[in-house]
Amino acid sequence: MKAKNQRLILIVAAVVAMLGAVLLAMSGLKDQAAYFYAPSDVLRSPPALDRDVRLGGMVRTGSVKKLADGVTIRFVVEDERHAIPVEFKGIVPDLFREGSGVVAEGKFVTPGQFVASNILAKHDERYMPPQMAGDKHKTGRVS
Amino acid sequence: MHAYANPARFLKIARPLTGWLGLVGGVLLILCVVYGVLFGPADYLQGDTVRIIYIHVPAAWLGMAGWSGIAIASAMQLIWRHPLAGVAGRACALPGAVFAAICLATGAIWGRPTWGTWWEWDGRLTSMLVLFFLYLAYMALSRAERDADGESAGEGRMTAIFGLIGAINLPIIHYSVLWWRTLHQGQSISLMKGSSIDASMLWPLLGAAVGASLLFGAIVLMRMRAELAETKLEMRMRRLAAS
Repeated sequence: MKAKNQRLILIVAAVVAMLGAVLLAMSGLKDQAAYFYAPSDVLRSPPALDRDVRLGGMVRTGSVKKLADGVTIRFVVEDERHAIPVEFKGIVPDLFREGSGVVAEGKFVTPGQFVASNILAKHDERYMPPQMAGDKHKTGRVS
Repeated sequence: MHAYANPARFLKIARPLTGWLGLVGGVLLILCVVYGVLFGPADYLQGDTVRIIYIHVPAAWLGMAGWSGIAIASAMQLIWRHPLAGVAGRACALPGAVFAAICLATGAIWGRPTWGTWWEWDGRLTSMLVLFFLYLAYMALSRAERDADGESAGEGRMTAIFGLIGAINLPIIHYSVLWWRTLHQGQSISLMKGSSIDASMLWPLLGAAVGASLLFGAIVLMRMRAELAETKLEMRMRRLAAS
């Protein structure tokens, strides 16, 4: 066998082995590398109370309520199976809307109640002009 | 490819190609970015903030394409000992690092008004930062190896191996938003599902990406020619010193 063919086989084998190893490791990291907990994860294995966690999901449409003090809001974060009420005092990003994605940083004060210290908005992968969006894609603006 | 192993033949093609790629790429990039920023539509959700996409996405694409170039050149160098492959790999590093840095900077500027944060350690952002650091490491390693004296000096074999290994980060960046929950949204353009970016924004975006790629090609050719000229000069000086 010619030397360059030997090198070709060797390098292809090395690259394939390395790729396989890293891809396996990365998909094994699935849960550890997740940036936030979804409501169903919380239901399955609740994080300890008073531990800083991130809770992410969709803001349930119609769930955002402003409390009497004017700076505290309450809303519900949901995924396909589960929902968790969240309370937050402060200023939310512009893209925080009902029916849109959210990541709340904070703690569970009781197993069913999450108090956020910071709110991040998560938008989806669609981009379009406003006239294209129509009603189908409209998300409720929180004033 | 070995027809271009002769630097003289390579230079005959590369010299005029540099100018054309730079000119066409530069004009296309500027036209598409100016159209997207000033005349294109705003986004239904983000408003005018979305216009940074015409810089952010081409920069991200080239940050990753630059390392793909390094990986391909490294493989050609290691397997076929192509004399220009090492030169080509090294030429991709600096522009790739600059585009990765532009991607990170515009991403932070975009994230602040939309997500509400400059930076978060999620899968996509972190793996892109790792790519930027890999570029810095690659450049430091290639410089160190070229400066080293001894039998294998100038061949850059360690650099090529590093270039090949570093490519493992590319699928991690790409799949980060699919494997892991991230703050960064999922992919907008896929071969299977098409595009979830409206055509009125997608075309100028693709135009800007193509323009930036041509410009990237021109920069790589320019840097390859510079390194070849430098080597030639060095050899001439050495001959002069010897005689």
